[in-house]
Amino acid sequence: MDVGTLSSVVTVLFFLLFIAILWWVFKRDNKQKFEDAGNLPFQEDAEGAGKRRTD
Amino acid sequence: MEATYNYKVVRQFAIMTVVWGIVGMLVGVILAAQLIWPTLTEALGPLAPYLSYGRIRPLHTNAVIFAFGGSALFATSLYVVQRTCQTRLLSDGLASFVFWGWQLVILLAAISLPMGLTTGKEYAELEWPIDLLITVVWVAYAVLFLGTIIIRKTKHIYVANWFFGAYIITIALLHLVNSAELPWALAGGSWLKSYSAYAGVHDAMVQWWYGHNAVGFFLTTAFLGMMYYFVPKQAGRPIFSYRLSIVHFWALNFIYMWAGPHHLLYTALPDWVQSLGMVFSLMLIAPSWGGMLNGIMTLSGAWHKLRTDPILKFLITALSFYGMSTFEGPMMSVKTVNALSHYTEWNIAHVHSGSLGWVAMISIGSLYHLIPRLFGREEMHSVKLINVHFWWSTIGVVLYIAAMWIAGVAQGLMWRATNADGTLTYSFAQSVAAMYPFYTIRLIGGVMFFAGMLLMAYNVWKTVAAGKAVNDARIPEAVAA
Repeated sequence: MDVGTLSSVVTVLFFLLFIAILWWVFKRDNKQKFEDAGNLPFQEDAEGAGKRRTD
Repeated sequence: MEATYNYKVVRQFAIMTVVWGIVGMLVGVILAAQLIWPTLTEALGPLAPYLSYGRIRPLHTNAVIFAFGGSALFATSLYVVQRTCQTRLLSDGLASFVFWGWQLVILLAAISLPMGLTTGKEYAELEWPIDLLITVVWVAYAVLFLGTIIIRKTKHIYVANWFFGAYIITIALLHLVNSAELPWALAGGSWLKSYSAYAGVHDAMVQWWYGHNAVGFFLTTAFLGMMYYFVPKQAGRPIFSYRLSIVHFWALNFIYMWAGPHHLLYTALPDWVQSLGMVFSLMLIAPSWGGMLNGIMTLSGAWHKLRTDPILKFLITALSFYGMSTFEGPMMSVKTVNALSHYTEWNIAHVHSGSLGWVAMISIGSLYHLIPRLFGREEMHSVKLINVHFWWSTIGVVLYIAAMWIAGVAQGLMWRATNADGTLTYSFAQSVAAMYPFYTIRLIGGVMFFAGMLLMAYNVWKTVAAGKAVNDARIPEAVAA
């Protein structure tokens, strides 16, 4: 396989990988997980507890 | 493992950020004045060569990017990684090594560049012995940062750390490839001179692959890491959409690498590479604006905080400048626009809307959040002075970039104007003369921004003097993320 074909294949693979990332990120099952992750900066101090998003 | 955070290294880098910011911006002010009064530094006699424009221009860029910006990134990344991983840094010794090693790099740059020792590669001017030192310090930093992530107590790696991690790995890669050089000493010449391992158009392409990704990963990705921690913290609410932040991260990483050729439009670079660079630059609008909106929308429902909190003003204005310059950049990479803008002052406007508006403002805002916490204070000595600093900076940047926009467009139009017989309408000297009023406005804007940094230094001094170094910040009991 020449370099041109190889880089085309890699480009397509990376694109598919990006689509897979989108699917993973927006999957309904993962919603809560990511919202919890967004609260990480507030779990460090006790007084931050009241500021956490609860919805 | 001690149950406290390592704040010492964060404190060291935070203070040096202010110091190097003042030094780097002062050099910038001198350069701006030299463009108006070219013989300004000649009165210094034997010192004059060391302060000539060609020598202190790389000193300015290296100082503001790697000394000021770099210190801000070391301070914030090493703070954020500890706080969001709820663990102390991997090693205190390594942290000290990174701090002193980086200061040594800066010192060597401040000596060697005015002496005229340079590789001539933009943003990579430092000669090979310093390049080797940078490599050692950077590897130590990577081990320190990534090692801390490995020993984290939280399950999830917070998104800011992903951005910092991508920046650390990419800068290592860029530095190693672009700095491949042969010391002249190998051929019996000087020990302080080297030549690039690449030649001709390959050298140009490697240089701008490096140069643009230094902008992309040092000045963008890393500062976005800062944004993803300090904007939510200062606003007191989580990032608008954590899921968008992940898409933002991966889209940026997949696209940024290929935008470099837009620095070489209409050169000997193959045309298809130029078009590739342009297309990838245009695509960058999507992740850039996604990130900007994610940051700004974090304030959604709490906009009133902007009215009273000058730190938030700094952070949100920084994001606005980020949005502006990431719209302007892709536009400038369009070949027809670039035909007018390239080699003109428009570039200087674009760079400073990114570096002063985005990079400096997000750093300043983050430092105002950080410094009281490092010295056991509720807030900075004077919140009022932060507000004054904000307005001086904002007006300074706006004056600066507006002047350079007009100057750049005027310059481009004058260069391309032709008479009916095909001769040039203006001589080059005429286009230089037309720059004077704009150079003067730019100097005023630059001095305002610089003066703001002096205000900051005073405010930091008073805060530190009234406070006490915090060395016992306790790590909370591990919580399930």
